[in-house]
Amino acid sequence: MATEAHAAEGATGYIVHHLTPFSVGEGFWTLHLDTLFFSAVLGSLFIWFFKTVAEKVTADEPNLMQNFAEMIIEFVDQQVKDTFHGESKLIAPLALTIFCWVFLWNAMDLLPVDLMPGIASMMGVDYMRVVPSTDLNGTFALSFSVFFLIIFYNLKIKGVLSFSKEILFHPFNTVFLIPFNILLNLVEYIAKPVSLALRLFGNLYAGELIFILIALMPWYIQPLLGFPWAVFHILIITLQAFIFMVLTIVYLSMAHEDH
Amino acid sequence: MSINATLIGQMITFTLLVWFTMKYIWPPLIEALEERRKKIAEGLAAAEQGQEQMALAEKRALIVLKEAKEQSSVIVSLAQKRANEVIEQSKDNAKKEGDRMIDAAKSQIEQELQQTKEGLRQEVATLALSAAEQILKKEINKAEHKTLIAKVASQLG
Repeated sequence: MATEAHAAEGATGYIVHHLTPFSVGEGFWTLHLDTLFFSAVLGSLFIWFFKTVAEKVTADEPNLMQNFAEMIIEFVDQQVKDTFHGESKLIAPLALTIFCWVFLWNAMDLLPVDLMPGIASMMGVDYMRVVPSTDLNGTFALSFSVFFLIIFYNLKIKGVLSFSKEILFHPFNTVFLIPFNILLNLVEYIAKPVSLALRLFGNLYAGELIFILIALMPWYIQPLLGFPWAVFHILIITLQAFIFMVLTIVYLSMAHEDH
Repeated sequence: MSINATLIGQMITFTLLVWFTMKYIWPPLIEALEERRKKIAEGLAAAEQGQEQMALAEKRALIVLKEAKEQSSVIVSLAQKRANEVIEQSKDNAKKEGDRMIDAAKSQIEQELQQTKEGLRQEVATLALSAAEQILKKEINKAEHKTLIAKVASQLG
């Protein structure tokens, strides 16, 4: 199954090839064009779908498309209402965007592992990694954005003074333990974006890796392993998108709550 | 596999997506959902109200029906009473009329009787007188017994 260029390197070469992004630039200023391209396309798909619905939305009998959009909207809205009890114009749309976008990212995992790279190589592109959530840059971009929003809302709702006080005197309300408190809070705050990003990345990266490994099997075994794994992956895809969304809501609602 | 500028690109894309969703997608959709929720609630309330009104109308209809029945029975009894009265009155009238007719007949009979009696009296007197005249033609003085005969004739009446 391996492409000609990497046939000589065997299985390892095949795996490495599939997990190497199509990139331009050097050092920090490297751009993973595949990640950028596919996430933009998927984001556009998401926007196109919902925008189409929103343009001819009706409170009367909805058509099939609107029905589907409403199902997602209501699901997200319910999650937000269950967790977040404040007033915010941002959180619900943010949750919707995260859920749909991450879901679409992850869904790229279900494409045959050689389909997109095959098409790309025909167009002269040697490397192609189609699942944006197998790129740390993709997942960290989301979680850092969420992290900035956490800090922003902490400062906005609680104020600089109250927020600093929380960092200094929480959880142990004594002057002597201030350094310890700072350390604890720092870990707590940094753990949020890191765990968010790494959880999504880890799940999808491992999933994709297994798909690649299955693709290395003889053709008569591939369906036996590939089909159950794909079915199982439908769950993973949705679950990871859901977890990312819910945790975002939870973190942001924590930022809105005064201690 | 390292973090690089892709991160920034992705964050820009993400920000744009969230902004667009927040501005153009979420509000109209959630508004439509809210509107539909309201519509359904209104519809349910209207249905409930309709049912209540129907129950009320049924109750009112029952009351009206009952009243009508009562009224009709009153009217029927009144009519019966009136009919009885009419019957009584006409009976009365008939009786009076009958009595009157009987009275009239009686008085007529009485009158006729009197007349007949008077006629008979006259005739008997004449007859007696003529009979006595024939009997007594020879024996008695006509003038002498005239008063006596008149006395007898008057006793006959």
